Order: sequence, then structure tokens, then C-alpha cells
Amino acid sequence: MGRKAKFTEGVLVKKGPGKKSKKQKDPTFPKALGVEEEYDRKLSRHQIKRVMKRDQKLKEKKEKIQEKKLNKEKKNLTKQEPQKKKKKTSVPQYNSEESEEEEEKDDEESDDETQTVDEGLLPSSAGFTDDNKSWLKPKKRITIEYSDEEEDIEQAESDDDEGEDEELQEEDNSENEELEEEDDAEAEESDDEAESEEEEDNLKVSSLNDLSDEDDSDDEKDEFDGDDDDLLPIEKQNIKLKKRQAEEAKSAEEEMQLNIGDQETFQFPTKESEEEVKSLQDVQQRIRDVIVVLSDFKKLRDENHVRGDYLEILKSDLCTYYSYNDFLMERFMQLFPLSELLEFLEASEVQRPLTIRTNSLKTRRRDLAQALINRGVNLDPIGKWSKVGLVVYSAQVPMGATPEYLAGHYIIQGASSFLPVMALAPQEKERVLDMSAAPGGKASHIAAVMKNTGVLFANDLNRDRIKAVVGNFHRLGVVNSVITCMDGRKYPGTIKDFDRVLLDAPCTGTGVVAKDQSVKTSKDEQDIQRCYNLQRELLLAAIDCVNAKSATGGYIVYSTCSVLPEENEWVIDYALRKRNVKLVDTGLEFGTQGFTNYRHFRFHPTLKLTRRFYPHTHNMDGFFVAKLKKFSNVIPTSSNDVDEEDNEEKNENNKRPLGEEEDEVDEEQPPRKQKKENKNKKNVKQNGVGKKDGRPNKVNKNQNQKQSPTKDKKPQKGNQQSPQSEKKQSPKKEKPQYSKKEKKQNLKEKNAKKEKVVKTPQPTSDAVSSPKSPKLNGKKNTNAEKEKAVKTPQPSPKSPKSNGKKPQDKKKEVLKNKIEKKQKIITENKKKQKQKLKKKNN
Amino acid sequence: MKRLSEERTKILFEKLAKYIGQNVKLLIDRPDGLYCFREQKDRVYYVSEKILKLANTIQPEFLISVGTCFGKFTKSNKFRLHVTALSYLAPYAQGKIWLKAPAEQQFLYGNHVAKSGLGRISENAEKYQGVVVYSMSDLPLGFGVAARSTAECKHADPMSSVCFHQADIGEYIRSEEDLL
Repeated sequence: MGRKAKFTEGVLVKKGPGKKSKKQKDPTFPKALGVEEEYDRKLSRHQIKRVMKRDQKLKEKKEKIQEKKLNKEKKNLTKQEPQKKKKKTSVPQYNSEESEEEEEKDDEESDDETQTVDEGLLPSSAGFTDDNKSWLKPKKRITIEYSDEEEDIEQAESDDDEGEDEELQEEDNSENEELEEEDDAEAEESDDEAESEEEEDNLKVSSLNDLSDEDDSDDEKDEFDGDDDDLLPIEKQNIKLKKRQAEEAKSAEEEMQLNIGDQETFQFPTKESEEEVKSLQDVQQRIRDVIVVLSDFKKLRDENHVRGDYLEILKSDLCTYYSYNDFLMERFMQLFPLSELLEFLEASEVQRPLTIRTNSLKTRRRDLAQALINRGVNLDPIGKWSKVGLVVYSAQVPMGATPEYLAGHYIIQGASSFLPVMALAPQEKERVLDMSAAPGGKASHIAAVMKNTGVLFANDLNRDRIKAVVGNFHRLGVVNSVITCMDGRKYPGTIKDFDRVLLDAPCTGTGVVAKDQSVKTSKDEQDIQRCYNLQRELLLAAIDCVNAKSATGGYIVYSTCSVLPEENEWVIDYALRKRNVKLVDTGLEFGTQGFTNYRHFRFHPTLKLTRRFYPHTHNMDGFFVAKLKKFSNVIPTSSNDVDEEDNEEKNENNKRPLGEEEDEVDEEQPPRKQKKENKNKKNVKQNGVGKKDGRPNKVNKNQNQKQSPTKDKKPQKGNQQSPQSEKKQSPKKEKPQYSKKEKKQNLKEKNAKKEKVVKTPQPTSDAVSSPKSPKLNGKKNTNAEKEKAVKTPQPSPKSPKSNGKKPQDKKKEVLKNKIEKKQKIITENKKKQKQKLKKKNN
Repeated sequence: MKRLSEERTKILFEKLAKYIGQNVKLLIDRPDGLYCFREQKDRVYYVSEKILKLANTIQPEFLISVGTCFGKFTKSNKFRLHVTALSYLAPYAQGKIWLKAPAEQQFLYGNHVAKSGLGRISENAEKYQGVVVYSMSDLPLGFGVAARSTAECKHADPMSSVCFHQADIGEYIRSEEDLL
């Protein structure tokens, strides 16, 4: 016991110094002896050097402060220098603890100041007054342990330096005092001291000069020659450490260079090497290499190969390593940046944590957690965002067969499956539809949120899977449900007027690769195409099922467990164009925003309101959630099938020149818009905007290409065609509306018209006067003329184009300037155009 | 979805009365609106009138289930309660049996309840009366028929059955396919 205790007794364990230092403890000298003897002593050569070094250090640290004063002092000292040179060399600044102690005995003030000088190295050496001495001292002791040690060691080497030390200290003191310029402290000091200070000031400063002049070279030599012997152990250590650090840094850099070199020499595999059978580790290594190359392609590339080659290699390697098929891997590579890609693929290999959802119809989460914990299940709440979710870390019993499970207290459900229902946020007493419900997890969640009130329709196409819905609903005690098994696309024909619809569309399941590995190899382009076609149809059906006038709802939530934009954003974008819906915030705090740009796709800007979830960032299955609000029950006919539109446009293009059509469009559009407005009443503007903005599609591009460069045309056409189809559907209805509105709103519309007219670029207006197609004779011509007439007189100060139209137009402007006439003409035109359209349709 | 015939209604209520006695009334007269029994493909569903109205818009061939399925009429025109009716039987049950933890598992695998597994039994249980089976933590596990009256149970042999198994919630896993 005692031995052990003794080991730790020596407070400071000195590793470096060896015997000498152990032998010698801080010598204490009787006052009387100490002072007189010590004055005679000279410092050893090494000591001098050390002192010089320390001085230099000190100097460096205090340079800023000292410089000014040194300048002054130098002037004084240079005079005295010749006399005192010897003394200087022999009496360097040397501050040891030892001496300090002595001084403490002798005169506390000086000691104090020496300490501060010593602490010049330490950051805490702020100026302090002698008033503080009493309480400051011990603290400093502690802070300068390091220097203590140092000085102990020094002492060991030179026993009798004290006197000189004292001198030095006094020098230091003086210096310090000067530095600090603390008059109070000095005032307190004795006169003698003050004198000595002056003297020593001189000494010291001169010594500094000396050092810098003479001994620098010596010093350097010393460093090389006798470093080990001369330096204090701590200094040695310090030097060693610094050397080591420098070496390490150097080697690290070299290594890096080496690495880079390696990569630079990353051999682009030849065909032969490709054929060699490789281990997975090789493949993995190459994946890493290629990714590194790709990350700094400019620098690291092989000149003979383009980026595509590298990507090709990477793809094939990833395919072999993670066993995907080429197609899906390509999709993922397009979807994720390279850095994320690996994370995603890794995360897709690992199962997500098992999560369960408390059935709030039967129990509370706390009770359930307690019951499960009693069964040896280790679980935790899923997170702040859900009040019903629990994560199961480990379980001694199968989670799908506990009595609690059978009693319907919880259901096993992925964390991502909570999200669509949270986004849907069903209210009590609503009528809600889950269009593809199996196996009933989300649907039962809806029922739980609605507290078994209202009506919940749960539909699924698959007769086998619908049994799971039945089982789960009965087990979980959902009693407000109607379970159906039919094609979701036929739902609107059966029952409508839902307040909310959840569409968890069937998808390729690229977000849940971990659950079903077969996705990796089984999907190809066609599957995805099939999927998103079905999804589009289902989404449209879902939207049609919703009643926009619902007091509380009118929402559609679309979700998939796929990460591919084709199945997500693109589908939503399609719906935005096809139906009177707008995207609203999902109400989910986390998740990444949906894409608005993806490769060549340009989606509607509001698509950033949708939410994406990835296995590698959110630790849940890859998922997509979008919430739509239906603002009108009218199915906009303007946006018939894009193809149809396309075809029609083609036909029209064939039939007659662009300009004419354009012209008519100009005239007609506003009233038609109004028509829609009347129908929709609510949000036509948005709708219009949606159409214009939300036409990011390929098809649109095609349109653009096909048609003249008029940008305005597209939306106009869409609008123009809408009435056509409307007419087809209900010609009787249309007519009266048409004329009425026109007359009423013509005035209002003119403003809008003006803008439109203004916008139409020059070529179109030229085209107005272009010869008409053979089909459209006589009437048409007159018609067109009238139109011109109508158009031109409209005061359009903004548009230089309209003003700058042909002189004929201007004449006509002058002639027909009355508003009533315009109106009449417009109505006529429209009627004529209707006829035209009918003809066409026929 | 059709109304139950007079005869079938009688059969159904007789059966229910075995388990919940006079409380059958409570199923019909509810404060929260009209509830009714409807029959489709011999299955009997118990559902709110409001929901029923909506459900009627859907073609029968597409309709799988409405509200809660209570059971089915057999070919011999007897009524068989399904485990899905448990959520309505349990709160109103007259005869009750509580099972010890080990017996719980046995029961959930479809076995009868032996005297050894009997934790508690309601006092007034008669022989061949319908009883709802609970775990000791009052979790309804299923239902069956009392093989012995309460008094007889006390003197029964440990291995003898006290309750014949009819339905248990284990069926949700065991036979999800034919729950209906």
C-alpha cells in the first residue's frame, strides 16, 4: 500500500531529466549566504546560450511591446555598451523559479514582477499591480508550473546562479515595469530598487543587442551540435515534437501526393483485364478509385478516356457489386450525385428498423410500450414527428404474434407509411378513400385518426391482398370502413364526393429495395413506363373522386415508395396540367424537396412542395409524398390528352397557315377564358398559370418545335381547344353562356386582350395578312380583316408592335373606332370560328 | 347487401344472446345513430346506416366487407360467430373466463381451455353458455362455450376442459384467408 502511495507522491513526474534532477530539489539558501556569494558567479557557457535562446523567445513574443522601448533604450545603452559588455555576457536575463523564491523572501515586489516576466510566455501575463501581490502569487505558481519545472532543471545544472539570477530578475523587473508602466507599483518600491532597476535596464537591453549581434550564429551551431546536451529536457521534447510533427505533416503530404499519384496511375481497364475474374473487393476498390477520379475529373482523368467511359465502368462495377441490373443503376446514377449514390445503395442493402404504429382506437402508446417492454421488447418512440410510432430495436418474441398484436393494439408498419396519412390529415366525420389500401396499414391509420367516425373506403384491386385489409381492419377494430375490390380507375364512375383521397400508388418499389431485393434486377424501362401510366390514370381518378367543394377537405395525397421522378414528380406534374388541382404543403417538417428540374424534365415550380424521403438520409424507406388540393370540380377540357392536343394542333397546322389561327386565337381567347372562369369561378388564374408554367413536358417541347416560334401560342392554343372539346361534349350548354359572357365581359376582357395582342410577336401579325388556305375563303378573309380592324384600334400604348403595324391597319383603326362595333365583330368572329371548328371536327 | 330474413334474424339474435344476453338490445339501440345487420353471401355485417347507404352504391361483386363482420350462416342455416365479432362481444359479455399466462398461448393456438389454465371465471357462468375468454390483463382473446358451470369448475380435474374453443384472435394470423 505504502509503496503505491509513494509512486504518486512526487507531484511532478519528470520523464526526461534523469538522475541529476532527481537528486536536486529546490535548494534553499539562508538569506545571508545567498546574496553575497551569488554576485560573483558567472554563468556557464550553456547557460548563457540557453538564456539567450529564452531571451529570443521572449523577445519574439513581446516584440510588439518591446520594440518601441528597445529603441529608446538602445540609444541609452549604446553609449554604455563598451563598458558593460562583459557583464552583459556574463549576466544574461535569467529568470528561474529558484531566484524567484529567494526574492520572495527578499523582496516580494521584484519577485512578483519577475514572475510576470516569466509568464511573458504564458498568455495570462497581464499587467497587475503590487496591490494584488498577496493573492496573485500562489496562482501564478500554479500557472507557471511548466516554467517551474524548467527552472528546477536548470538549477540542477547550475547550482549557484542565484545571485546572478537575482540580478537578471531585477532586470526583468525593470523591463517589466517599463512595459507595464505601472506607476503605482513602482512608487511603492523602495528607492534602492529603483536605482538598481535603472542600472540593470541598461545591462539587459545591451545584452539583448549583444545576443542578436554576436551569438546568433553560435546559437545556430548549438542547435546542431549540442542540442541534446544543452537544452532543457522540455525544450528537447518540444523540439522533438516539432520535428516529428513536421515530419508527419511532410509524410502525410507525401502520402497524399502518392495517393494522387496512384489515382493518376489508375489504369483504365482494358478489355482483357475486364474479363479477368475479379473478387468483390477488387470491384469495390475500383468503384472507389473511379469515384475519386470522377470527383476531380479534370486533374485525375486519363486523357484517352472521356467521362462517359468512367461512368460506364462505374456503372458496371456497381451493378456487379450491388447486383442491380444496368437499367436501374443508370437511373440511380442519374438521380443521385456520386457521393450520395453509394450511400443510397449501401442504405438500400440494409433493412430499416422495425417500426410499429400504436392503434389509437384500442390503446395508448405508453400502455402499449409498457406491455411490450414486459414481454422483453426493446423499443423507443419513433421521433417527435409521430405520436403513435415506436421503433423496435430488439425483441425476444416475434413482433407479429404477440397477444397485443393479435388484440389489435398495434400494427407493424414502416416509418415512411406514416407520412402520407399525416400529410392527408383526415378529419373526423369525413368521407375518405384509400385507393390502393392493401394491406391496410395506412387505411387503418386514417380510421384511427378519424376515430372511427365518418366513412372510410378502402379499395384494392388485388383480391388476395384485400383479405389482409379485412383482417387488419377487424383486428384493429376499424368499424367505419367499406372495403371494396375494384379498379381504382373506375372509382369515380361508382362513387364520388370524397373529402380526401389517399393514393398510395402501385410503383416499382425502388425506394424499398431493402424489403424486396428482386426489384434490383426485375425492373426495366417498360415496367416504369407501365407504372407511371397507371399512376397517372389512378391519380386522375383519385382527383375526380374528390369533391372540391368539401367544407373541410378537397385534398388528395399521392405517395409512392419509389424514388424515381418518373413515378413521382412527373405524375404530379401531369395531374397539375390535367386537373384543377394545385400543390399544397404536405405538413411534413422533414424530407427533401421534390424536383422541379430533373434531367430534361422541367416540372411545375410548386413541385418543391412535395417531399422526398431517402433511406440514407432519413433512415426510412425511399418515399415520395405530394399533397394536392382540388379547387374546382370541373375537369378542364383544355388539357385533354396531350397527344390529342398535339394531333389537333398538327391538323390545324396542316389545314391553314399559322398566322390566321393565331389571329383568331388572339381575338377569341379572352372570352373563352372567361367562360372557364365562370365555370370554375375559383381559381382560373392559377389554373392558367399552372398550364402555362406547368408545361414542362416533352410533348410541349415538341409543340414548340413543330410550331412557329410564338411563345404565346401554346397556352392560347390550349385554351382555344378547350372550347372545342367542350362544344363536342355539350354544344347546347355552351352557346348561351358564350354569347352572354361575351357581351358582358367584353369590355373587361379587352385589357387582357390587349396584352395578348401585344405579346404576339411580329411574325404572327404578318401572318395575319398572309394568304388564307383554300378551305377558308371569302368569309374567312373578311373575318380576318374585321379582326384586324378590331384588334388594331384597341389602344395599346405598351406595344410598339401593334402601333407599328401595317398602314392598312392604321387606316382601319381610324375608320372603326367604336367599341360597340368591335364587340359585334368579335361575336361574329367567334360564331364563325365555331363553325370553322365544327367543320374541322367533322 | 340485403336485410336478414325474419328467420335468420332470430337465429342470429339467439346466438348473440348466448354471449351477451340482454345486451343485444344495446347493439341495435345506439346513441350514435342507427346500426343494422345486413347479409351478403351469407355473411352478416353490422354497420351504421350511414355507411350502409354509401356502401350500397357499390356493386355487390366489388364489395368485400362493410363495417364489422359478425359471422356467417352455414349451409344448414345455423349461425357461426367469427372472431371478428369479438370487439362487440367482449364489452357486453355475460360469462367471462380469464386465462393464466401459459394457457393463453394454448388458447391462441386453438385449443380448449383446461382447468389448469383457468385463472378466474365469472360467478354466474352456466354450463354451455357462451363465454368470452380474457387474458389475466383483461385482453379479450376469443370466445367459446363453458364446458362446465362455475360451480362445477371448482371441483373439476385439472386436465379437464372448462371451456370449448370457438374463436380466438390467433385466427387473424392462422387463417387470415378465411376470416370472412
